[in-house]
Amino acid sequence: MITKRIIPCLDVKDGRVVKGVNFENLNDVSSPVELGKYYSDCGADELVFYDITASSDGRRLFTDILRQVAENIFIPLTVGGGINTLDDFDRVLKCGADKVSVNSGAIKNPDLIKAAAQKYGNQCVVISADIKRVGGEFHVFAKGGREDTGMEGISWIKRCVENGAGEVVVNSIDTDGVKKGFDIEMLKRVCDTVNVPVIASGGAGSADDFVTLFKEIPDIDAGLAASIFHFGEVKISDLKKTMRDNGITVRL
Amino acid sequence: MIAIIDYGVGNLFSLVSSLKAVGAEATITGDIDTIKKADKLILPGVGAFGDAAQKLKGTGLFDVVINEAKNGKPLLGICLGMQLLFEKSYEYGCHEGLGLIKGTVVPMEGKLPESLKIPHIGWNALHFKKESPVFKYINDGDCVYFVHSFYAEGCGDALIATTEYGKDITAAVQKDNVYGCQFHPEKSGNVGLSILKAFCER
Repeated sequence: MITKRIIPCLDVKDGRVVKGVNFENLNDVSSPVELGKYYSDCGADELVFYDITASSDGRRLFTDILRQVAENIFIPLTVGGGINTLDDFDRVLKCGADKVSVNSGAIKNPDLIKAAAQKYGNQCVVISADIKRVGGEFHVFAKGGREDTGMEGISWIKRCVENGAGEVVVNSIDTDGVKKGFDIEMLKRVCDTVNVPVIASGGAGSADDFVTLFKEIPDIDAGLAASIFHFGEVKISDLKKTMRDNGITVRL
Repeated sequence: MIAIIDYGVGNLFSLVSSLKAVGAEATITGDIDTIKKADKLILPGVGAFGDAAQKLKGTGLFDVVINEAKNGKPLLGICLGMQLLFEKSYEYGCHEGLGLIKGTVVPMEGKLPESLKIPHIGWNALHFKKESPVFKYINDGDCVYFVHSFYAEGCGDALIATTEYGKDITAAVQKDNVYGCQFHPEKSGNVGLSILKAFCER
């Protein structure tokens, strides 16, 4: 059977990893190249690089670094952040990305997903949605979770998949940063609605949270996290052993 | 020198860097003379079978690849490149393949339990039916990375390994000097690098 995936996510600004990273045995903790290799070697099933650069100069730096990261890892690489046009897809794919993740770009222009899926294939297009409960409904938020679009979240994801997105990342704003577990209710709703891989994001605080995620929602494909991996609170190799011991199929 | 056959489909970036990582000298080329002079060939590919077969024919490479393989040159097909090695494919119509290995490429849709997602994306374990020199460094149960919606069946004696996704799916094939991987060795970590290394040693 296909294994459940564990995916660390790195936020990169102007070519450097931001948000404190705290590792021993790494000379340069803010080098995306070193961190990428580290995660690739310690059993991560995939890497996500998220470009939070604001300026176009910074974006060129990101592109250079991305190429170096891609040359040094031999697992799938997903790149997101600032993807608004087909040219943006082209730019990161040429640097060695395997999949491209779209968030605000798809909200601004829903045709982007369709055009990208036609050009590069569904497997290449990932819709990343930031979702939060507002008055008992799931709402899609834009601009890094700062702006309520008013759109209903589950139907938005469904529409993106119908347009050709081959994978979904669901970031629950409600559970993000709380470290008390993934948003099982929200993720279940998404898994019941779409038939493409779904990646859970937001809320992981311990290895047990991943076990709960995969046990409660057998259809979920992957769990994504950032700080708990960066700070070494959860080691990917230990996490996978815990998952295996709990009867979850993993790649060791 | 290894020639990675460039016929205008797919992203070859990772394949080049992974070959470099195992110490192989590789070049991306669509040039017939370079392909004829190379020691080994890799046929990559993502996208649609019909389109890819058309492009191979349009560039004159279709017959070149068949002749080089028949002359005994090691050839490795990856993903769609593996599917092209077979006799035909039923991906949106019926298309003729290179015919180097017995078998037919068919859609997963309708052949798998409905609960399973298509494409088959992710890491899955290899189960060997036979030994093959390209897999000498890896073990039964090792995981590799798949991304595909079609698969090969009826491969007969050429079947080397399968993976389980609702049923046994062809994962690797070999006929003499012609090898095929449905998965992406260039995306399969150290296991994938070991497969490329073994191919480079042929």
